[in-house]
Amino acid sequence: MLEIRALRAGYGAINILNGVELSVAQGEVVGILGHNGMGKTTLLRSLIGELPASAGEIRFDGAEIAGWQSHRRSLAGLGYVPQGRAIFPDLTVLENLRMGEAMRPGPSAIPEILGHFPALGDLLNRPGSGLSGGQQQILALARCLVGRPKLVMLDEPTEGIQPSIVEEIAATLARLRRELGLTILLVEQDLRFIEALADRVLIIQKGRISAEIAPSELRRPDILEAHLGL
Amino acid sequence: MHEIVIHLYQVMFAIGIFVLISLGLAVIFGMMRVINLAQGEFIMLGAYFCLFATQLGLDFWLAVLCAGLGVGLFGILVERLLIRFLYGRIMDTLLATWGLSLFMVGLVTSVFGPQEAGVDAKLGKVTFGAYSIAEYNLVLIAVAGALLALTFAIWRYTRFGLVARSVMQNPTMAAALGVNPRKYYMLTFGFGSALTGVAGAMLAPLVGNQPTMGSFYVAKAFVTVISGGPAPLTGTLYASTLFGATDGLISYRTTQVLGEIGVLLIAIVLLRMLPLGITGHSARRA
Repeated sequence: MLEIRALRAGYGAINILNGVELSVAQGEVVGILGHNGMGKTTLLRSLIGELPASAGEIRFDGAEIAGWQSHRRSLAGLGYVPQGRAIFPDLTVLENLRMGEAMRPGPSAIPEILGHFPALGDLLNRPGSGLSGGQQQILALARCLVGRPKLVMLDEPTEGIQPSIVEEIAATLARLRRELGLTILLVEQDLRFIEALADRVLIIQKGRISAEIAPSELRRPDILEAHLGL
Repeated sequence: MHEIVIHLYQVMFAIGIFVLISLGLAVIFGMMRVINLAQGEFIMLGAYFCLFATQLGLDFWLAVLCAGLGVGLFGILVERLLIRFLYGRIMDTLLATWGLSLFMVGLVTSVFGPQEAGVDAKLGKVTFGAYSIAEYNLVLIAVAGALLALTFAIWRYTRFGLVARSVMQNPTMAAALGVNPRKYYMLTFGFGSALTGVAGAMLAPLVGNQPTMGSFYVAKAFVTVISGGPAPLTGTLYASTLFGATDGLISYRTTQVLGEIGVLLIAIVLLRMLPLGITGHSARRA
């Protein structure tokens, strides 16, 4: 589904990613773990096309997309839930959802997706700015899924969210994964969240994938210390 | 009784004029945050499109449509060649659009000459007691209301409006949802330009059309949109109503100069008390 080879990207002359290699297979949930500043967000931003890649290849669903603009990648099936959620503050919840499929042909997926997120059903006419952090996170995820992406990229969905809601989001994602057969690339710092969802966990350090571990190994301090220096 | 109706008419007419000259800027500056100093010249261009089309023998209302279309396309051209390189760069935008305004005045002067020219909408008058009112002015009030309602409906209820609003709020996120933001910047600027062109054409029968006429409107348009605040369309309606009522009543009772001074004073007091504009405290923006 997604194959990344020797990807380099950064801000101006400063390279943050120094040759990332990774692949995600259809139906798989891959977690990426790393400290702040190691390139997690930069990786997702360069995959969606917000940051240009300075070198390397990104193959997605059979096409080489490294030179594509952001909107083309989205239409090709890359879904993105950014850090901070990026809900449109002056659009209502329903309008935010409609944006998820505004550029896509075919019947609306909103009724189906609302079935998976009943909490949003009561908020449809609320402006995006009037939602709590947890509600915004759920809306951002729903807005992404309304576009029926082939791959969902999640950037720290637990950041700044109450623990009880974090568990709810983890349970929802696990269920949606089963029901919709989602393929997910998940960037996280919350070890329990990543363990609950991921099939494989990659460690990112200094802009490179430095190791791969099994989710169960996230509970072993010796292994985490060896890879992350935790 | 007749006196009250005639006052009401004066006020409605003045509001209509404010709505017409500000609506395009409500889109271009209010929504897109582009400080277009050539806005007055876009109005002038609309008037000259209308003038030229009627001289060719076109019906006045077709000429108004031509002006909307023509200035809309001109706006798209300007966005492609100039504005798109300057988003977020306020000083550069000011300089570039000021230069554009000088260029447009020069261009129209060299084609049509500096002299005043009139347009005849070929409408009569209705008498009302001791008063007579130009039919055209009544139509103008209706057109201003219709344009505002149309713009509001497009912005609020169409897919184009939804996508354009999302792009103005967060272009990067809109792109991550499949929207090409450049296309929507271009189309929105073109839409605002088209509204401005129609406004110019509607003003053409009322004023002496000159290449320099734009400078008369640009300040009024900015004062109205800025006073309206962050919800550009409803804000423009409120501000136009306030300024139109002031201008209409004072001008009718005294002179037009005093009317304009009154508008300016009200705007100063308003922005002193509500620095964010009339809609500065509302949650929804449209």
